[in-house]
Amino acid sequence: MPSLKDLKNRIGSVKSTRKITKAMQMVAAAKLRRAQDAAEAARPYAERMTAVMAGLAASVGSSSSAPRLLAGTGADKVHLLVVMTSERGLCGGFNSTIVRLARAQATSLLSRGKTVKILTVGKKGREQLRRDFGQYMIGHVDMAEVKRVGYVNAQGIAKDILSRFDAGEFDVATIFFNRFQSVISQIPTAQQIIPAVFEGEAKASTLYDYEPSEEGILADLLPRGVATQIFTALLENGASEQGARMSAMDNATRNAGDMIDRLTIVYNRSRQAAITKELIEIISGAEAL
Amino acid sequence: MANTMQFDLVTPERKLASFPATEVQIPGADGDLTAMQGHAPLITSLRPGVLRATGADGYKSFVVSGGFAEVTGDGVAVLAERAVPIEEATGTIIDSMLDEARSLAAAALPEDKDAAMKLVHDIETLRGTVAI
Repeated sequence: MPSLKDLKNRIGSVKSTRKITKAMQMVAAAKLRRAQDAAEAARPYAERMTAVMAGLAASVGSSSSAPRLLAGTGADKVHLLVVMTSERGLCGGFNSTIVRLARAQATSLLSRGKTVKILTVGKKGREQLRRDFGQYMIGHVDMAEVKRVGYVNAQGIAKDILSRFDAGEFDVATIFFNRFQSVISQIPTAQQIIPAVFEGEAKASTLYDYEPSEEGILADLLPRGVATQIFTALLENGASEQGARMSAMDNATRNAGDMIDRLTIVYNRSRQAAITKELIEIISGAEAL
Repeated sequence: MANTMQFDLVTPERKLASFPATEVQIPGADGDLTAMQGHAPLITSLRPGVLRATGADGYKSFVVSGGFAEVTGDGVAVLAERAVPIEEATGTIIDSMLDEARSLAAAALPEDKDAAMKLVHDIETLRGTVAI
């Protein structure tokens, strides 16, 4: 049985823990709103971009002169997995879900005899993957200094990936991130970015004139498309991270509250027991006289 | 009542402008062009330059670089990698674009050299027109 003083200290420490988690939750809520706004603002660009590229890809894709970013290298041997996670912890299962998906993919690729290369974005994913897949890691992008994810960050990552692609380091690139659904639900997603795939059939749109040429525009757009997809993923990830942290911290705050209640009851009981004990001692002492 | 069409200017980070315009001057890769209502559908990539959209209350200019414009009979959508309203386009912004272009040109492969040098030249011209 802990002493009264121990219990009091314990309650005090849980109370300050609750204050911290409460504060973190509120910070996450504020950041979440900003992250959601950013993701919202980026959507029109990404949607238009994909629509135009899908249209172009449909008309150029079948020809033999299609760019490699669209048609692929013709091989399916080396896979690059770009695993995007957060820089900080305390956000529930956010990082683990992404890592679990990436790990499953890597294992299945390896078992089929493919070569796997891993590029990590964000510290947490690298830490979790290093033990099992350390020898496959070819790079890491540090986002710790980045306060607000900007398009430049995505461009930087895209540039890195594209230069590796041009150097023939891999055939297929897939990005892993959490798609933001709601505060309590983020969906770990794997999305193939090289060679580009477009969801759904491109609807037969208006016939456009192209300047300079279909191929020219497509060659210009595809690298931008990679950057845009990475940017979207980064933003979705940012919103998901804050959402996950918010609900994790909400849980922690609630648990701390429950714990305080329980400890307070124990504390009061033992205080009363001590008083009763002292009274009995006094009374029985008086009776003995 | 002049015929208007929907004009949208979006960058990866935000939607910069969206209003009905009567005409839009676009710095296309193969030369400047002006889109008005009923223009034949066209997709053109952009070269760095000034985009000017004329709306009901005067015109608005933007410095754009990279990306493309999608022109349909009843709308113009410009997807620029970078775009700033001309009032905010200070020398520093354009200089940073210029530096970027120069470093690209320096690193460009021989066959891309011409295009890269043209880009540098375009931005230098742009710097002259904005004149700060």
